[in-house]
Amino acid sequence: MNVTWILAWRNLWRHRRRTWLTVGAMVFSNILLVFLVSLQLGSYQMMIDGSLAAFPGHIQIQHRGYLQDQHIYQSVPAAVELAARVRAMPGTEAVAARAEAFALASSAERSFGILLTGVQPGFEPAVSTFPGKVRMGRYLEEGDSEAIVIGSVLARNLKVGIGDELTFIGSGRDGSFAAGVATVVGIFDTGLEDVDRSMAQVPLAWFQQLFAMGEAGHSVVIRVPGLEQVQATAGALRALPGVAQGELVVLDWNALVPGLRQAITSDMTSAWFTYSVLVVLVAFSVLNTQLMSVLERTREFGVMLALGMSPGRLARLVGMETLLLAALGLGLGVAGGGLLSGYLNHAGFVYPGVEEMMERFMLGGRIYPEVSLVSLLVGPLAVFIGALLAALYPALRLFRLQPVAAMRAV
Amino acid sequence: MSDIRCRNLCKTFHQGGETITALDQVSLDIGEGAFVCLSGPSGSGKTTLLNALGGLDTPDSGTIAIGEQRLEHLSRRQRADLRLHHIGFVFQAYNLITVLSARENVEFIMQVQGVPAKEREKLATGVLAEVGLAGLEERRPAELSGGQQQRVAVARAIATRPALVLADEPTANLDSRSAARLMDLFVTLNRERGVTFVISTHDARVMGYARRLIGMRDGRIVSDQEQQPHAMAI
Repeated sequence: MNVTWILAWRNLWRHRRRTWLTVGAMVFSNILLVFLVSLQLGSYQMMIDGSLAAFPGHIQIQHRGYLQDQHIYQSVPAAVELAARVRAMPGTEAVAARAEAFALASSAERSFGILLTGVQPGFEPAVSTFPGKVRMGRYLEEGDSEAIVIGSVLARNLKVGIGDELTFIGSGRDGSFAAGVATVVGIFDTGLEDVDRSMAQVPLAWFQQLFAMGEAGHSVVIRVPGLEQVQATAGALRALPGVAQGELVVLDWNALVPGLRQAITSDMTSAWFTYSVLVVLVAFSVLNTQLMSVLERTREFGVMLALGMSPGRLARLVGMETLLLAALGLGLGVAGGGLLSGYLNHAGFVYPGVEEMMERFMLGGRIYPEVSLVSLLVGPLAVFIGALLAALYPALRLFRLQPVAAMRAV
Repeated sequence: MSDIRCRNLCKTFHQGGETITALDQVSLDIGEGAFVCLSGPSGSGKTTLLNALGGLDTPDSGTIAIGEQRLEHLSRRQRADLRLHHIGFVFQAYNLITVLSARENVEFIMQVQGVPAKEREKLATGVLAEVGLAGLEERRPAELSGGQQQRVAVARAIATRPALVLADEPTANLDSRSAARLMDLFVTLNRERGVTFVISTHDARVMGYARRLIGMRDGRIVSDQEQQPHAMAI
């Protein structure tokens, strides 16, 4: 066996306590980093899933320019037919057509501006969590016509309940006056006041009739099994007629909810700054240990130089010791962090104080850290590299060592 | 390559505002296969001369040639290579690596030399047997007596098949019996392998083994004489 590796390993254990303290610091940091990164990635996944499942979906097909300027006439022709066609494509999980318009909703006593959405009652529950948020009454059903579900705040403001009638007026696609009366069949409560105050849904067929939409809608909403399939599915959708000709566009969730990506990027940046501080602290701990170790062995290094070892070989020996030390911290830290995160990934946990944020992103009450190669290795590898870099200074000191002077060291 | 030629070596140290002359115009020729003792009281310059001969320390002036190599022309790396492949060192304090066994101490230096692993183990075991430590190969220095440790140090020094061994007070920490066994070993290696020995000592009994005795005082050579070894002194 290689004697230098044996020497490096045994040198680590000359001062067991000191070595274990340093390894302990690395293990603790690595467990913390694995857990925090897993938590972070898990939270992002939940944020994305929660936000996209709430309403926008993973992908939408819209009229070019509709996202920026939501005019009723910027519509998707034959939206229901297109949705059916997309539903038959591989890679899609759920597809539903929608149409939207701003309207003035009135009860007997009051009026409020709302965003009225026409949905396919049979398909909407598969692309959106909205239907599951109905707390009173029921969600829209196939065959419903003059029915509406409204938010809880809007119901309170309009002073209406299940079975009451609402009148709404707006502008049709052709500029005509659009007006209708619908019976409230359900009241949803998302927990988001803005949404619960201003949103309402009616059956798409009735919406198309009221707003002179013909067969058109404003979006075809698509869910895919996972985020990693978004790009491939979006690519396939771009080959559809209408999209390929430029009239329609395929928008992925980054384009639909740009704030989500920005929030994640911003959170990630600040988190990595904190992690960097942790890595630097561990690196200083390793620097301290290795520097002490080198200073204590000045005489031994002097003897090695006298015997003909080059300073470079001595530096390599210190590097090997640090490598073993860091590998020990890496192995134990990844194992510990992996076990902890793996358990919480299975069991989930409640993160006190962030309920509001979780509600904002339509998340459930429990957080599930995401264990992946990235979450397991990114932090510990940063600590590993930091430790190796920290050993540079003690190792480079050896190049200044003179054999005779070193051998005189006590 | 082990013949040594020194010319006008000078070396001074500064200590507490005082200048100490460790070597003062030392000129010396040592032939291949010689067995030389440098004798003299403490501070006479013996160790400084040994260090200079081994390229561990650089004289302020003067020249040293070992075979064809002029030490002052060699880089630090080249001097380290010269020591690694051609010069063995034995120190007063053994200076073994405490966390390695006797065999690993010997193997370590061979590994640095680039000797393959299988050959290394065989050579180390052989050289330890040669110095009388068969069966003690796996013991660590703390588990060996002073004499045994010094033998490991000798094994380490000769394992690389050096042409020259520089030994600085090698018997200073040994009892008489261990010292005698060590010196006998040196004589055997000198006689059978032709290894050149330069030993610094102020022990008169050790001097008895030398075929050439060089006396030093205040950094100068004050006597240089050939003699018949009379090893029975120890």
